Amino acid sequence: MTEATVRDSATSAEKRVPSADLLEVIDLTVRLPVEGEVRSVLRGVSLTIGAGEALGLVGESGSGKSMMARSVDCLLPPGAEVDGTIRFDHGDVGSLAGKELRRYRNQVAMIFQDPRAHVNPVRTIGDFMTEALRSNLGVPAAEARRRAADMLLQVGILDSQRRLGQYPFELSGGLLQRAMIAAALLTEPRLLLADEPTTALDVTTQAEVMAILDELRRRRHVAVLFITHDLDLAAAVCDRTAVMYAGQIVEVRSSSLLHDDPLHPYTAAIAAARPDIDRTARRLLAIPGHPLSAFEADPDQCAFAPRCPHALDECRAAAPELIELDGGLSRCARVRELRGRLKEGQDA
Amino acid sequence: MSTVASSPAAATAKHSRGLALLRATGPVGIACAVIIAVAAFVAIFGSWLVPYDPYVSNLSLVWVGPLGGHVLGFDGQGRDVASRLIAGAGNSMLGPMAVVVFSMTIGSALALIAAWRGGGVVDSAISSGLDILFAFPGILLAVLAAAVLGPSLLAASIAIAIAYTPYVARVLRGAALKERRQLYVAALEVQGASATSICFRHLIPNMLPLIIAQATINFGYAVVDLAAISYLGLGVQPPHADWGVMISENQSGILQGYPLPALAAGACIVLVVVAFNLLGERLFEVTKQQSR
Amino acid sequence: MPETAAEAILEVSGLRKEFGELVAVDDVSFSLAQAGSLAIVGESGSGKTTVAKMIVGLEQPTAGTIVACGRERSRPARSVKERRLRAGQVQIVFQDPYTSLDPHQTVEAILDEALRLQHGWPADRRRARVLELTEIVGLDARQVRALPRALSGGQRQRVAIARALAGEPRVLILDESVAALDVSIQAQVLNLLADIRDETGVSYVLISHDLAVVRQLTDEVLVMHRGRVVERGFTARVIDDPREEYTQRLLASVPRPGWKPRRCDPL
Repeated sequence: MTEATVRDSATSAEKRVPSADLLEVIDLTVRLPVEGEVRSVLRGVSLTIGAGEALGLVGESGSGKSMMARSVDCLLPPGAEVDGTIRFDHGDVGSLAGKELRRYRNQVAMIFQDPRAHVNPVRTIGDFMTEALRSNLGVPAAEARRRAADMLLQVGILDSQRRLGQYPFELSGGLLQRAMIAAALLTEPRLLLADEPTTALDVTTQAEVMAILDELRRRRHVAVLFITHDLDLAAAVCDRTAVMYAGQIVEVRSSSLLHDDPLHPYTAAIAAARPDIDRTARRLLAIPGHPLSAFEADPDQCAFAPRCPHALDECRAAAPELIELDGGLSRCARVRELRGRLKEGQDA
Repeated sequence: MSTVASSPAAATAKHSRGLALLRATGPVGIACAVIIAVAAFVAIFGSWLVPYDPYVSNLSLVWVGPLGGHVLGFDGQGRDVASRLIAGAGNSMLGPMAVVVFSMTIGSALALIAAWRGGGVVDSAISSGLDILFAFPGILLAVLAAAVLGPSLLAASIAIAIAYTPYVARVLRGAALKERRQLYVAALEVQGASATSICFRHLIPNMLPLIIAQATINFGYAVVDLAAISYLGLGVQPPHADWGVMISENQSGILQGYPLPALAAGACIVLVVVAFNLLGERLFEVTKQQSR
Repeated sequence: MPETAAEAILEVSGLRKEFGELVAVDDVSFSLAQAGSLAIVGESGSGKTTVAKMIVGLEQPTAGTIVACGRERSRPARSVKERRLRAGQVQIVFQDPYTSLDPHQTVEAILDEALRLQHGWPADRRRARVLELTEIVGLDARQVRALPRALSGGQRQRVAIARALAGEPRVLILDESVAALDVSIQAQVLNLLADIRDETGVSYVLISHDLAVVRQLTDEVLVMHRGRVVERGFTARVIDDPREEYTQRLLASVPRPGWKPRRCDPL
């Protein structure tokens, strides 16, 4: 495992963080034109994903998590202003165009929340799945179809030949999403971007689809960026989880430690806000206010300070940087003193 | 068109909202509104505004160009063109106004009734009825009306109004179905609101962009269609002044080298139609932006 | 479940709904006590939403009866008076905060209209009640005068709750009312709902697929699968000790700390 140098956007100080080369996002800042004004959606985001590693990206509305996926896949809307670097396998992604971009997209596949919105309803599943293989990789049609049928089997769709000839409307949401995963894996990508792939599915279907995704990615050594609003879901299938708030990363942590030893009050807050299925509680620990978007947050203080039960004057005086602690990262200026007390409750 | 129940306070609030809406359409929209306002004014007060008698013909002045106070010259029967244009504004705009009011009212009603229980028996019946009506072109209905009622502005207007109704109903039915399916309608039903109150107080205001666009565009089409019918002799009868009639009366002048009377009438039609279409388009954009 | 039928504020028996060939709801019965809280849990196609729509009058049952506050309401209301009476007894909060409010009405107008429809009170009494409602749900003066598009999802849902409470209903159907909210906002709204039940004694029927929310908010639960009730009982018991296979599968699929997804069909 090599290390990479990361420059913090606030202080410009350099930091060494453990990285394993496949995807490096360095100080990414994205602004989008919305209704005439330019609004910030991502502020100085840095993260890395190693080959075969699964990183969860958790956040509420406005956190910027979907924008992250779009930035990595070069799918930002026209007019977007981008600062910072995205490197895939040591090559700069921002400068890709045309044939190289298509080749990049064979290596980085994306699956979306609503499969029906991203699939042509008048083409069969087979056409959709084999398209990338035939046009970008020059695989002959019969061979492509054979591979598609095989991949459908792997995602648990047993009558694959019949399904290849069907149209999207003939498949349920869960089946269609499995077919999307199969399609994404056909080009043998090295990185899979999954943007809330199970949010629209029933809970039992979600469990099934996540189990398939988990098994396939381990078997094929595919790295995954798994975006979701559900902290427990991310922790279940990802080695590490990053938490985003107001367009910034506020915590990166090994998933097994995230719940019991969070390194940021926001992580503790969203974990506590979720009702406990194993216990009947009277009230939930709910923090006041609503989640901020990047452009709503004051750049000169901690974005979470207005809602944070542990906020002190130092938190409102300057924007905190990412601090490395125990193999994780935290954007809380007070993390060293608060650590260990964050999980229990909201009283400082 | 839209008859939203309101108190006096709400009515004044609506007026100032109307003005704000107009201002939001920009310089183009305001210019069009001014043109339409002028045309409407002339249409209403035309008979008191004419500089000369529009019906008096002076055969020694046939096809004579602009002369003294007669800024647009004389037509094929020696009558003052400008006065005839002014006098004709009333007929030329009254008909389309009646057509729009009728087709929008009946069309909206049919659309709402069909959409309320979308997909049911009533919807199918109305849609089938409209399909039959679609089969009749406006001009054919005008011929029919002229045969039954005698050629007149009334006959032509009735015919065109009936011809437009299915178009309005079809377009509005789609929008009504979409609004009907919104959850707030279900919430209102659960609160005990009646179907008619939901239609008038909630569905129609939310369909307003489309209704306004349809009304203004249809007005423009109606001006052209009625002018064409009058040109064909099935609508306004000579010697009544009407822009369509004036084109037919004076078209021989074009070939003889005196195009002004016919072109002036045509220009009036074009000006009013374009103003309505542009305003309608601007209003559609503005109201669409304001909703949701 | 209540001791005697007389205690129940809502009594549903033998409820059935057919859409042509499809049986969406098959023989569903339950009772809801005064100030009680019952959940109907299921996935898509379970029929839970159809049951909610039938209770509130948006769908007509093919068979079965619904009795709320002692009045039968399985057939359509035949008079305006009956319709208003029913509206005052059972109300609903929908899932989607973005389409459940008329985009052309301010919050004030929405609440005022709800009051006018159900009570016909004079203007000053309505104004007082609107103020009361907005305080209960936690909306400030600026938000009350705003149009829905100026409000966030959580704020809109508060408006929907205020509207549902306007006429002081005895039963509130919560149709996935917190499912579309961010988790931190969901917690606020769940607390609000618990407080409202404590203060007003209103009864809840919570339609949800989220078992953690169900545990938080309800005392009893019905699990539905393909139109039928497969398990019922006290929420804590059903979740801690599920007896039916479907319920067990449902519980095994809920993400929680330490959970891992497992495939049902090993390849």
